[in-house]
This record gives sequence, structure tokens and C-alpha cells, in this order.
Amino acid sequence: MNRLHLALLTLILTGLGLGIFAYKALVLHFPLLPHTASNVWTVEVALAFGAHGEPVKAAAYIPKNTGKFLLVDESFISRGFGLTTVSKETNRQAIWSKREATGKHTVFYRAVIRRVENEPPPVPLKAPEQKTPVLEGAFKEAAESILQELRGRSADTESLVRQIILRVQEKEPDHALKLLLGKKASALKKAQTAVALINLAGIPARVVHGIVLKAEGPSSERVQWIELFEKKGWHPYNSETGDNEISEDWLPWWRGNEPLLYTEGVQDAKATLSVEPHEEEAIQTTISSLEHKNPWFLEYSMFSLPIQTQMVYRVLLLVPLGALMVALLRNVIGIKTFGTFMPILVALAFRETELLWGIMLFTVIVGLGLVARFYLENLKLLLVPRLASILVIVIMLMAIISVLSHKLGITYGTSVALFPMVIMTMTVERMSVVWDELGAASALRQALGTLLVASLTYLLIRISVLEHLVFVFPELLLVVLAVCILLGRYSGYRLLELPRFRSLLDNQD
Amino acid sequence: MFATAAALKARGVLGLNQRNAQYISRYNPRRLYPLVDDKLRTKKLAAAAGIAVPELFGVIRMQAEIRDLHQLLSKYPDFVIKPAQGSGGEGVLVIAGRSNGLYRQVSGVLLNSFELEHHVSNILGGMYSLGGHPDKAMIEARVGFDPIFEPICYLGVPDIRIIVFLGVPVMSMVRLPTRMSNGKANLHQGAIGAGISIAQGRTLKAVWRNQIIADHPDTGKAVSNIQIPQWEGLLQLAARSYELTGLGYQGIDIVLDRDRGPLILELNARPGLNIQIANGCGLLPRLQLIEGSCRSLQSAAARVEFARRSFS
Repeated sequence: MNRLHLALLTLILTGLGLGIFAYKALVLHFPLLPHTASNVWTVEVALAFGAHGEPVKAAAYIPKNTGKFLLVDESFISRGFGLTTVSKETNRQAIWSKREATGKHTVFYRAVIRRVENEPPPVPLKAPEQKTPVLEGAFKEAAESILQELRGRSADTESLVRQIILRVQEKEPDHALKLLLGKKASALKKAQTAVALINLAGIPARVVHGIVLKAEGPSSERVQWIELFEKKGWHPYNSETGDNEISEDWLPWWRGNEPLLYTEGVQDAKATLSVEPHEEEAIQTTISSLEHKNPWFLEYSMFSLPIQTQMVYRVLLLVPLGALMVALLRNVIGIKTFGTFMPILVALAFRETELLWGIMLFTVIVGLGLVARFYLENLKLLLVPRLASILVIVIMLMAIISVLSHKLGITYGTSVALFPMVIMTMTVERMSVVWDELGAASALRQALGTLLVASLTYLLIRISVLEHLVFVFPELLLVVLAVCILLGRYSGYRLLELPRFRSLLDNQD
Repeated sequence: MFATAAALKARGVLGLNQRNAQYISRYNPRRLYPLVDDKLRTKKLAAAAGIAVPELFGVIRMQAEIRDLHQLLSKYPDFVIKPAQGSGGEGVLVIAGRSNGLYRQVSGVLLNSFELEHHVSNILGGMYSLGGHPDKAMIEARVGFDPIFEPICYLGVPDIRIIVFLGVPVMSMVRLPTRMSNGKANLHQGAIGAGISIAQGRTLKAVWRNQIIADHPDTGKAVSNIQIPQWEGLLQLAARSYELTGLGYQGIDIVLDRDRGPLILELNARPGLNIQIANGCGLLPRLQLIEGSCRSLQSAAARVEFARRSFS
């Protein structure tokens, strides 16, 4: 009965876990990998310039909400510069300024943007004031002759615009066009020329500067297109093909003929645009689509928790994986450790310190703690006050290590604060007892075992796919539970028992 | 690796996992553990059943009682201090005598009264007990062991471990302290383990640090083929320990006192597996044989008879 009971229980647990997992992955399309393509990106402008004691002003265009893209979050890193943002009808601008600045500076603008799935209907707009065309003299005449020619060949506004764009893009431009474009015209110059021609024809149009959003990896590819005012709204036209449609992945940044950057009182100003898919937010896409389809499903999932609590559970849900690992290493391999689950806590601390630093810090703290413990032994203190003293010493050691490593610029050292200090104290005490009773070799062997198990557990829980899986699919923990239960009935030899009993085999011969 | 595992399995060697899953968790009910984990309770239990144990001189239960320690000890030339809930021999202090107002351990190391008090205080604080619970310190008579062991024992007291399964003595060994084990009788600390034939009561091969030895490394005397005196009495004692605690799978540690004969030192609900190495054979076939025929064995005498007949 026992065996059947066990088999049924583990089967049910595994089935339940995998079943919910499959439903969420296949039907609800929860992402299986943390890097699944998303609709969220981080964009950044880095503005670098040199200043030498004069009043400084540096302005850069920044994106604004459009029908297609929503700014979810924005941040500025100003490093001592005053910051204002100016929002005009067509563009937004961030302006950094300082009365006096010297040396090299870099300021940043960062934003998280999200592509909107269901675009809201456009708000009807008034036609913009027609600006006087910028062309003069020979340029104006050349432009008008081109326009004259194209007008004859087109039936309506749309076909005229298309004709203009295609004409500007011609591989071998005639004299009139050459005059307008100049030598070796860039894509931007061509778009601007096309806009000038369209304006000359009495149609409101403008150049749009944008950036290409990619599904994977960072990008800084710039792109331009043309917007035309017709039917009470601005409509995009591809400035190379003339199609009245542009790629979904083009994020408009600013509009008009001005460059991205405007500066006063600085030298060597340089602006770098970059954009990257926002990985953590990949799951958000699934969630926002679920909000419409299965609201109840989200009500009772991890994602209903406040973000802070979610972050806690991201770590907590790794503990069962660590526990499984410890059970395996202890009952199947047979490694001895101090404290059953202490290695898990140490492994969690390793997440912040990285493996090598973690091992070093752990060794230093336990080593110095042991020295203190051996000294306290001389004083013949009562057990609990002695433990308290070691705890005080351990915490002071941690604080000193944090301060020292901060001063030396070793950032890992400061995260020593995450080590489970009470458990470290018990380790120091336990280790000194083992040291006294069973000798240094036993104590060191167990300490090494603890570090080994902690390191292996750390290597397991740092796998980002696992962290993602247990957080997005916590039902997988039922499978972990089933494996733990099965492991509880494992009655074979432990790996390290084999050498121990080997002498028994040799003796018989 | 798998070949070794298969060979061990063929020999019937019991591993820790199997011991825990199939014997301890099945035959040792949790509620009975306190009977053996607290040596004071074991002692009372044994005394009530008329089984001989080392004489108890006193118990220290509270830190305040430590003040009276020396007055209590003044009556006895030699004694043993041990934690009531200790395991694996940890925290056991054997005082063989006094010199110049200091306490002399069997190893010759001297302790002043302050150090002795500190040791007792550590015991009370739970330094040696399972899970660090507050503990009691027991002060017992030091056993004067049987002269038969004189040539093959260095410092401490040799004790005889018998594994008892469902009241049937299964396997036995004598643990002989060495210089290396510092007078302690734990195999992994360097003590010698010599298997004892259940049928004859004679020592078989001896194992020291995972190798077969013929002579004691410190005294140079042969350790095998020694007849343990009063073997039948020892087996009876072991068989009766089952009724004493109700634990199906237990280890019983016995010392042979020069004057009082076999005394129960302690009982163990999770006896170690090294006994298999000392005997050069696995426990499993013997345990399975008992599982198959234990129903017919009611009296302790019948169980001992069965054991002597079945196990060489």
C-alpha cells in the first residue's frame, strides 16, 4: 500500500504541476524564457560634452507619447546640472544648464516605452499654419520646375507626394534635383528635400526623426520618414518608397529640420541614442493581455502582489530548488554540512556577492570568528552569553569588512551584510565544538562540505531561466515537492559510503 | 562506482539511507526516542527492570548547582561526567584521579576546578546536546573494566556494541581505544573496532582506520580471537533491552565491569554502520532473516538461542 500510495502521490503532484504549467505556457502564452520578445524597450540619450568655465546649456530632443508608443517611465541623470523639460506642440526637449562648468560631462535621459496594442482613434487636429518655404533664388526655381513636371503626372495629393518622394530618391538625379540635394545626399537630406518640395506644393509636411526598435539586443540605428497633414491628422510616409505606411518598429523621436542636439558654451558635444528591449517587462505583455481575457487568473497569481513583495518571492521561490539540491547532495552524495539548510542561506547571499567573493568573505568571517571563539574559550563563559559574544563579533567583522571594501572600492565586499549572521555564529560555535571533539580535519572537512554545497546550490539558483520559471510558474514547485518525496524513499547507498565500505570488500579476499 | 555499489549490495551492506528509511523510521517510533536520547531516563528504566548500570553519583541540572560540584565529587576518587543528551561520545570527561588539587583525566591532562566547572556549565547550556537544548550533566562511577581487555586497551574503556533487531542480537563488536583516539571509543576518531562472533563470543578481525590489523597499535598484543567473558549474559542483556525501550532497531553499549559484570552504558536509537566494517559482513541478510522469523521468538532466551544458532 505504501509503495502505491507514494507512486500515486508523486504522480498526482507531478501531473498537477506540469498540467498547470502546460496550460499557462501553451494556452495563456506565459513566456517560457526570460528573454522572450517584448513590447517594452528602454531608450537612452547620452549627452557628452566638454566645458571650460562658461555658462553651459545643452538641449536634446526626447520622445513624447504618441498613439502607438507610451512612455511608461522616465528618468534623468543630471550630475549637478539644472534640468528643465520643454514640451511643444510637436516636440519635447530636455535642457540641461549650469552657470559655470568645467571638464568633461555626460548627462543621461532614460525612458521605458511600451508599444500600445490597441491604438486609440486619433484626435482630429487643426491644420498647422503653413510656413513660408525656405527655398530661395535658384533653389526655388529648380524646385518649382520639378514640382511643375510632377504635378502634370499626378491625379491627387497622395500620388503627388509619392511622385515627389520617388523623384528625390532617383539614382541619377537631373540638374535641378542635383542643385537641391547637393553632392552625395544623405537619407536625411533627401527626406528634407522631399518635405521642402511637398511644402512648396502647399501641403503641410515635416520630417520625422526616429530610431529602430529591435526585438533583441541593443540598437542605435536612426531612421527618418515624412509626415503629411491630411484628413485632420498627421500621416506617415516612407521617405524612400513613398508608401503611406511605416514599420511598426520605428519610434518617432522628434520632428522638424533641427538636429537632435543644441548647445551653448560647450565643446565636442556628442549625443548618443540607444534602445534596448526591456527584459524584465517581457512578462508584462502577457499580463496586460490576460487582464482582458482572464482577469480572475491574475487575481490569484504572484503578479497580483505589490512589486516589492514580488521581488521577495523571486528569491523565496528559489529556496525549494536549493532544498532539493541540498537533499540530493546530502542523501545521494553524502556530503556533510554544518546545519541542514544553512548552505541555502549562504547560497542566497552568494547571489549578491558573486561566487568567488562570497567564498572569500565566508571564509574570512568564519575564520576570524573561530579565532575569537578560541580566545573566548579561555574566559570560560556560559554558553548563551558566549554565543551572543560571537554574534556581536561576527556582526562587527561584517561591518568592518563592508567599510574597508567600500573604501578600497570593492563593491562586492559591501554585500557581506546579506550573510545570515545568526547562522554564521552557530557555524562558528558548531565548528569549534567539532574541532575540539573530532579534530581540525573533521571541522575543516565539514566546513568545506558546507561551502561546496552552498556553491553548487548557488550555481543552480543563479540560472536565470530557473528563476524565471519558478516565479512565473510557481506550480512547478509541486514537481520539486514530488521529487523531494521520492528522494525521501531513496534507500540506495550514498556515493561517499562506497569508499567507506570498500575496505569491507577488500577484507574478504 | 556502480560495480562497488553492486558488490556491496551483494554482501548485504546496509547504507545510511536504507537504515533510516527501512529500519529506523519503521521500527523505532519517535515517541520512544526520549527514552534513549536522555541517558538519565535510560538509566532509571534499566534500574527499574533490574538491569545493571554504572552507579549514578549525582546530576547537575542548574548552573547554580555547579557550586556544590566539588563537594559532591570529593567523596569519589574517580568518576565520569557526561551530558545526559549527548551523542557520539561528545562532551564525556573521564577523571581517573587527583593530583595536587587538580583533576587528572585518563589521558593525563590535568584540569583545575574552574575548568571542570566550565565543562559542566557548557553541558548544561546544551553545547553537546542534539539541537542545542539545555541539558543535564550526569556524574557516574568510572567503570573498572575486565582484566581480559588490559593488554589490548590504551587509556579509555573498551565497550561492546551489540545491534539488537526486534530483540534479537544481530551483530557485535568491541571498540578499543587507542592513543590516536585519545582514549575514546569512537571508530572514526581512531579507535579499533573488532567484530565479535555472535555464536562464540570471540573477537574476529579488527579494523583500525579502514585497514585490517592483527595487533593493537599501541600495546602490540593480538586483538583477534579473544574470548569475551560472560558472553551469554551479554547477549541476554542485549535481548532484554528490546522490552526495556520498545525500539525495534537499537544499538546497546555494554561495558564489562571487573566487579559488577556487564553494565549497560547507553542505548542508541540510530546505531552507526561501522560495525559492518569491523565484522567484514553486511547487516542486511541477518536483518531480513529476523524479519522473516521473529514472530515465533517470544522470550529473550529464545531470541538469544536463535541468534547464536543463526549468526556466526
